Amino acid sequence: MKKINVLIVDDSSVMRKIVERSLRQAGIELAEVREASNGAEALLETKKSPPDLILSDINMPIMDGLEFLKSLAALDSAKGIPVVMITTEGSEARVVEALSVGARGYIRKPFTPEQVKERLMPLMGGNL
Amino acid sequence: MDQYSAVKIKPEGSWKPILECAVTEVFELMAAVRLGVLPESPEPQRGAITAMVGLAGALCGMVHIRCSHTAAQKLAGSMLNGSGPATPAMIRDALGELANMVAGNFKAKIANLADHCMLSVPTVITGEDYCLEAVDPYSCIRADFDYDGNALHVSLVVHT
Repeated sequence: MKKINVLIVDDSSVMRKIVERSLRQAGIELAEVREASNGAEALLETKKSPPDLILSDINMPIMDGLEFLKSLAALDSAKGIPVVMITTEGSEARVVEALSVGARGYIRKPFTPEQVKERLMPLMGGNL
Repeated sequence: MDQYSAVKIKPEGSWKPILECAVTEVFELMAAVRLGVLPESPEPQRGAITAMVGLAGALCGMVHIRCSHTAAQKLAGSMLNGSGPATPAMIRDALGELANMVAGNFKAKIANLADHCMLSVPTVITGEDYCLEAVDPYSCIRADFDYDGNALHVSLVVHT
């Protein structure tokens, strides 16, 4: 089982901790966890060192999750990094928009660690 | 007309158990906290901290969660689960996120609401003596809970 580098993007620091804890509770081996509080910070982090997986909120100040996805798509070094949206946004239209600009899946808050693992497993080639 | 203004949804009496369910689910899954539902009370809701999230579109109004500072501190600690003591900013952040998830979870449970209603970012009020008043006409669905001996109040105020 490969340990993965994760970038967690959310404007709530408490939520970033909950996401990290859920990954650990789901038994996912984490090599490094980095955090960003909006899309612009996440873009900088990705340019610095591309993670194996990005988990991102949609509604954030400065640069939201959808703008982040669009900017990421233009970044060569980010090609192939799976991005999964974690959001309270229940609107199908917003989810479809996120998927159309590059998100590989979404997890709706509130979530269980099992739901997180179930959504991430196929994206990581079963390597979780 | 956009997707948010094309549909109008009126509040229904049957929403109270749905709101209670949305609240207990969020607290259990995200804060590992089991809430007890309290019977309806005519007493005003009290508590030194309130987190609010606005609803706009098919339903216009506000979801708010109000509790004591002690309860909010315990909730934040439970959400952080040993990641260190919760600072005042983390307490506000935690209660705001809970309000956001309760609003999101509630709208996901009402037919047609998820796609036709937007949520605002959370706002948090703190103070010792204040009351929250909505502008008429409005209706309010109120749900009160017991959290470890502390009262926790949740309201859905809808402008009608």
